[in-house]
Amino acid sequence: MAILLEKNTTILVQGITGREGSVRAAFMKGYGTKVVAGVTPGRGGEEVTGIPVFNTVEEAVRAKGPIDASVTFVPGPGLRDAVLEALDSGIKFIVMPVERVPLYDILEMMAYGKQKGARLLGPGSIGIISPGIAAAGWLGGTPEFAKKVFVPGPIGVISRSGGQSGTVPWAIQQAGLGVTTVVHIGTEPVLGQSMGDLLPLFEADPDTKAVAVFGEIGGPYEEEAAEAVRTKKFTKPLVVYVAGAWAPEGMRFSHASSIIERGKGSAKDKIKSLKEAGVHVVDRPDEIAPTLKKLLKS
Amino acid sequence: MARLYEYQGKQLLKAAKVPVPQGEVAATPQEAKKIAEKIGKPVVIKSQVWAGGRGKAGGIKFAEHPLDAEITANQLLGMEIKNLKVEKVLVEEKLDIEKEYYVGVIIDASKEARAPVVMFSTEGGMDIESVDSEKIARVTVDVLRGFRLYDALNLCVALKVPTRVLPSIAQAIMGLYQTFKGYNCRTAEINPLVLTKAGKILAADCRISIDDSSVFRHPELGIDVAREAPTPPTEFDRIAWWIEEGDLRGTCYIAQMAPDKKGPGYVGYHGIGGGGAILGVDALNRQGLKIANYADTSGNPTAAKVYRAAKVILSQPDIEGYMLGGFIVANQEQWHHAHGVVKALREELPKRPGFPSVILLCGNKEKESMEILKEGTTDLLGQNPIEIYGSEKVYETEFLAKRMRALIDEYRKKREIKG
Repeated sequence: MAILLEKNTTILVQGITGREGSVRAAFMKGYGTKVVAGVTPGRGGEEVTGIPVFNTVEEAVRAKGPIDASVTFVPGPGLRDAVLEALDSGIKFIVMPVERVPLYDILEMMAYGKQKGARLLGPGSIGIISPGIAAAGWLGGTPEFAKKVFVPGPIGVISRSGGQSGTVPWAIQQAGLGVTTVVHIGTEPVLGQSMGDLLPLFEADPDTKAVAVFGEIGGPYEEEAAEAVRTKKFTKPLVVYVAGAWAPEGMRFSHASSIIERGKGSAKDKIKSLKEAGVHVVDRPDEIAPTLKKLLKS
Repeated sequence: MARLYEYQGKQLLKAAKVPVPQGEVAATPQEAKKIAEKIGKPVVIKSQVWAGGRGKAGGIKFAEHPLDAEITANQLLGMEIKNLKVEKVLVEEKLDIEKEYYVGVIIDASKEARAPVVMFSTEGGMDIESVDSEKIARVTVDVLRGFRLYDALNLCVALKVPTRVLPSIAQAIMGLYQTFKGYNCRTAEINPLVLTKAGKILAADCRISIDDSSVFRHPELGIDVAREAPTPPTEFDRIAWWIEEGDLRGTCYIAQMAPDKKGPGYVGYHGIGGGGAILGVDALNRQGLKIANYADTSGNPTAAKVYRAAKVILSQPDIEGYMLGGFIVANQEQWHHAHGVVKALREELPKRPGFPSVILLCGNKEKESMEILKEGTTDLLGQNPIEIYGSEKVYETEFLAKRMRALIDEYRKKREIKG
């Protein structure tokens, strides 16, 4: 079992003929993901590593039947239309490995996604991977790399950092454990899926015995994790690291979701709220895996 | 830069039919005098800097006559408020204040909202964070339905705003929301929105910032560096932004941390991935080192983009070392980084004999990357110490920071002997 990305999840790749789209589609397919179609306007009828390309999402769905999820490899300014198009074709899970998306576009996608009852991951999410089952986005890199770093096991991973979405599972694997599903929630100022959405899914997944969170400064996300624990929406062991203690207010340290605004979202506040909820907060990221190991033993 | 000065914000508000005080911006005392003459009554002279608490810092002053305005502007121009130099002042009619309100549009990223929130308060003129929540009315906007005039009216009704001023306040709230939407703002606030003794509603101050990713849609704003930062962009920031601007292939984020580097201990820092990069900064700080700049090249940038980033980082004067802080087992193929960094090192290190580098690069195509790095730097080792590490050291932040520190100490010793 896993969350969001399971054995039979069918996937569409929007922007499949582009620089990233073509390379990542090949990776996802090579990893065993059911990539059933791709879309690039004006390139319908072509194939990318054996995946049929269509001009529109609607055309793809008409040919292939309902599709569960889409991964959008499109430039930031084009994301809104890609997402609305996927939503209008009934796709309920959209992975958005796209950065520098205009904010108002994001707000419109979020509102429309909510109306359609869909889950939007990102923007700025490098993706999601359920080891041995499927991958969507960049996460995993290549089939060989993915097999080396992401091994199946009992830990769910939620990360706010793209890079750490690979590093935390790698450290977990080094500690002799493995992961159910790894999710990078994204980097943009407003995100479609966060701790409050994902922790209940891990709670419901019988194979997930504990969850690791790589947190960062800024935004309400770690507080949502604390809230999920407080309200018993998540009751399994939870280990959290919060990065960015040194960052000054008003400066973001790479991506727009991690800026301390109006004095809110500092590492100190987050750690306090997590500890009060009884979450295991670690001081350094290399303590995540050993702490999980200890918790699972007890 | 995505943040606007007060006078720029007021121009946008005026265009959205939010009344603002009569006034203009001045860069010289003479201009300030002319503006005050035109206004023909007592004026307020406001320093244009990105800092809160300008009044307390002495950056806002009143003048009764145009000659006073000239003298006062002369005092303000060139002064420093919270390390920011005042280059322009806004000269405006002085208002007879009856009451102050607050209006703001912010983004609520929480799970429940993921939408803009319009806030209104009858307690304007102070930090909204310190206002009691029962004195703030708010509405979360469904962007598909839009923010309507009756929403603005209801905000006023909720706080029992007197009927005679209610329509004009609601109009101002509407105008602020239209500015927020039309200019793709990250935040837009009017504080205070003033009711004058004569019964007029005017935006006396505003704080508006444009979403970085939307800046390209508004060339008319003349924003040259679309990056959030607490201070205006430096020349270094400008060069760093040119690398990113218009190139959507991966992220190259570079920000100057110490524009006025004084003394030793600065490292040119090249992180990979936002989360991992900061781990290295923490460790360097613990070794008594500071970063001259923060950087992050991730999201699979091309070798050319990585090269330009490394080149900018290495070209900073007065740095004592270079660290590639790849504290991540990256999914991106790291050979692009290897190629880019090698090219920059080969060009920059010969200019600085003895200058040390610590390189950590892990993840996809790591083996190949190590070969590229080693082969590309072997002949530099006689002159410059370069240590290269892979994923066995990915979380060994202390070790790597200590290596950087040790190499910098050696570099200093050598220079002392020479000097």
